[in-house]
Amino acid sequence: MGRLDFSTILRGDHLASLGSSVLTMLELTALTWLLAMVVGIVLALVRMSPSTLMQRAVAVYVEYHQNVPMLVQIFLWYFGISTFLPQEWQQWLNHHGSEFFFAFISVGLAMGAYVSEALRSGIRSIPSSQHEAARALGLTFLQSYRLVVLPQALRIALPALISHTVLLFKNTSLAMTIGVAELTYITREIENESFRTVEIYMVATVIYLAISLTIMALGSRIERRTSLAGR
Amino acid sequence: MTDILQILRDYGLLLLVGQYPNGPLGGLAITFAMAVLGILLAFPLGVLLALGRISPFALFSWPSTVIVYVARGVPLIMLIFWMYYFLPVATGRPVSGFSTMVATLVVYQASYIAEIVRAGIEGLPKGQMEAGRSLGLSYLQTMRKVILPQALYNMVPTLLSQFISTIKETSLGYVIGVNELTFAANQINTTLLTKPFQVFAILAAVYFALCFSLTLITHQLERTVTARRASAPTRGVPQVQPAVVIASE
Repeated sequence: MGRLDFSTILRGDHLASLGSSVLTMLELTALTWLLAMVVGIVLALVRMSPSTLMQRAVAVYVEYHQNVPMLVQIFLWYFGISTFLPQEWQQWLNHHGSEFFFAFISVGLAMGAYVSEALRSGIRSIPSSQHEAARALGLTFLQSYRLVVLPQALRIALPALISHTVLLFKNTSLAMTIGVAELTYITREIENESFRTVEIYMVATVIYLAISLTIMALGSRIERRTSLAGR
Repeated sequence: MTDILQILRDYGLLLLVGQYPNGPLGGLAITFAMAVLGILLAFPLGVLLALGRISPFALFSWPSTVIVYVARGVPLIMLIFWMYYFLPVATGRPVSGFSTMVATLVVYQASYIAEIVRAGIEGLPKGQMEAGRSLGLSYLQTMRKVILPQALYNMVPTLLSQFISTIKETSLGYVIGVNELTFAANQINTTLLTKPFQVFAILAAVYFALCFSLTLITHQLERTVTARRASAPTRGVPQVQPAVVIASE
């Protein structure tokens, strides 16, 4: 193993593709995160509904997504479920980067299950007397949740939501297995072209680490900002 | 549905044990072996990392903190590629995909276990350590005989759920060609070519059956541990607490 030499990989084409791979990764992370949040919130709300059937359905959704490897879920969507889409959709997707789309769908839906569990345990940890007291004071059902229960529940759910965000970010790397040109995929490509294995892995590792640590730091900042006195 | 049964009839054995006994062991057997080995080796390393993290000596706390943050901040797939490159260089001979994957899982899981153990230790009342020390035990003795037994007992369910994560993570062995369950399913898919949904649905179902059964056991253990804790005499926790706890259930 010779001296480290970053000059070949941090220049020209390699640097350009590295840059665009980071953008792809961030884009995938942001879109997937939004999907996961929407799915998570909807599932958490449905789970609070009085219908046992609906609650069961959400439970099945959550257990499926938490007990099957993310990679397998990506494969099932990309290779399997995609074949059931109408012909025109499939063609349209193939022209517009179906890899990216299915990575977004599969990781987003799966992480939505984790988000909903975090929210649910936050809500469950607020004593029901809080809700009852709010109702007794004249607040409506929704007001009581919006003004009394959720502000407390979200604070409790926050640490879990932050660690799920980091997990989601790291999971976008699995999109390389279906050919999304994100950071891990391009890292492998540059490695094959330049043979500067250690250097390019170091660069990728530092980028991943920097973003993960930023998410964690932002998270704990929000935690501190929103923490209530005496808790 | 008939497709799925047909695939199971033709390739079920390949999914379970790979080419065994006519070839190397593979499939679910290898997935399970990697997960068991991974978690068994990760556990002691995780406890050591946790002790390092809470150690008052920078000599121990710094390296463990760096390891934990790097392993948790970087995707597992990246760590696998590092190991894949690094292990043969470090050992000077070819390393099998199986060993590479187990080594990666050990480091990755140990970092997560370290944080769980640390939280478990820090969750105990400070008086435990102080009492141990004032009875004449050394720091390490108090750790071993007083702190860790309590912290680890509380953590049994969490450790089992880490084992479930490990099982799911072994699927990434696919990227370096380890002959495990996901790899076997991909082989079947390439052979059949026309039944991708059926093949991957079977794959998902196999993982689900394994991991969900373990999840159910985890929930059961959680209840047992909570019940034991509640019935045990107070451990420095004020008695007012239970009222709130019951209300929130």
